[in-house]
Amino acid sequence: MADLKGWKELAIGGVIDKPSTAKEYQTGTWRVIRPVYKPENCINCMFCWLYCPDQAVEIEVVDGKPKMKGFNYYYCKGCGLCANVCPKSNDKLPEEKRAIVMKPETEFQD
Amino acid sequence: MPEVKNRQAVTGAQAIANAMRQINPDVVAAYPITPQTPVVEYFAQYVADGAVDTEMIPVESEHSAMSAVVGAAAAGARAMTATAANGLALMHEIVYIAASSRLPIVMPVANRALSGPINIHCDHSDAMAERDSGWIQLWAENAQEAYDLTLIAVRLGEHEDVRLPVMVNFDGFIISHGVEVVDFLDDEVVKKFVGEPKVKYPLLDVNNPVTYGPLDLYDYYFEHKRQQIEAMKHVKRVFKEIAEEFEKISGRKYDILDKYKVDDAEYIMIALGSTAGTVKYTVDLLREQGHKVGLVKPWIFRPFPKKELQELLNGRKAVIVLDRSASFGAEAPVYEAVKSALYEVSDRPKLGSYVYGLGGRDIKVDHIKQAFEEAFSGNINTDEERYLGLRE
Ligand code: SF4
Ligand code: SF4
Repeated sequence: MADLKGWKELAIGGVIDKPSTAKEYQTGTWRVIRPVYKPENCINCMFCWLYCPDQAVEIEVVDGKPKMKGFNYYYCKGCGLCANVCPKSNDKLPEEKRAIVMKPETEFQD
Repeated sequence: MPEVKNRQAVTGAQAIANAMRQINPDVVAAYPITPQTPVVEYFAQYVADGAVDTEMIPVESEHSAMSAVVGAAAAGARAMTATAANGLALMHEIVYIAASSRLPIVMPVANRALSGPINIHCDHSDAMAERDSGWIQLWAENAQEAYDLTLIAVRLGEHEDVRLPVMVNFDGFIISHGVEVVDFLDDEVVKKFVGEPKVKYPLLDVNNPVTYGPLDLYDYYFEHKRQQIEAMKHVKRVFKEIAEEFEKISGRKYDILDKYKVDDAEYIMIALGSTAGTVKYTVDLLREQGHKVGLVKPWIFRPFPKKELQELLNGRKAVIVLDRSASFGAEAPVYEAVKSALYEVSDRPKLGSYVYGLGGRDIKVDHIKQAFEEAFSGNINTDEERYLGLRE
């Protein structure tokens, strides 16, 4: 928490004194499971993008159509909603056929 | 001393309602509860008569009353409410939020015993249950002080170095319903004294949008609590400054402590609120008999006047603390704080703890004499809580 402000610098009363500060909030630090994107299985339905509560699904528009790009791990808090709504990801599908695979965060730490 | 023009015989409730009329707050949200009811009733009459510009919100509960004034104060309004006992207890959640959000709400509290069993009469259990809520607590001895402290409270809470809500405690029935002579200031004088509301981060300033009450987790909550601790440290200095200004317009002097015949006193009693008047009378009687006795009445209980009491009580023979509330399983609140403050002084006086007046039980001159006399004969014990006016 070294880069956070001390009590003398903060606005009093828990007031946030400027707008749009939520985008600075690194909800990614909460994540204990991580969604991993497998583009080869994705049908670009945009369900994950629509449902993600932290707008952590990145997309681009190609030839006038939306295309899933992957996850922004600065914001992704690992809630798993994307994998839950994804029509190409469920428990019955083998992992290699899923578009989103949830993996423990420990697998990614160095 | 300024000329007295508006001397009237009124109840404490009328005195406070008149203070509120003169303050002319932007918003008052309140729910009636005995013995606070006449405050709101008189004020509602002023609203109905068009004597104030206040937006009055008759709410369905005290929880809503405090919520409404929190919203109003956050919007940038000068907001007030009033309550007592269970009403204050019902507000508790939002009482804490008002202080934590640093909103300078002013709330007269007609002190009354908390249920149960149900009781409508005076004691201090309601305010004492809120003593760690982050509100400034002022305590009045009579209707005059209730009026004066309500005016001072507005300035104190809104001060840039403070920004905290202020509770003005006045004993239920004894002050709220007792008729006394009160000197009122002129409307214009009060208007000038309280001035325009001093707002900070008003929600209605749409050009500078702010957020109130956001989630404040382990990364920031602690810092915000530290700020509240700091704000409390400024209260006594600011109170003295405002009291000085108030003396110029009223001729009435306020300080952290009201000291009565303490200069040469060997035995000092400490009491909050209206009982201090009875103690002053008893001090006079005992002095006629040659006893060196005095009284200290804190006008401010939160922040606790630790340093002031240390300076004043160091080296006295004995200090007797009266509490009009109990702390079940621990020492009574005023006593506990006084005792803790005296831990650090070089020449500690003997200490006695006396709980009295619960649920409106009368406190009489003889009770106060009894406590003093126990101290004179050395029959007091730091670790023993005693009771005045209780049947064994
Ligand atoms: S795990 Fe949750 S936060 Fe992360 S991308 Fe999926 S829906 Fe968004
Ligand atoms: S929900 Fe699944 S299939 Fe649909 S875009 Fe997201 S990852 Fe691709």
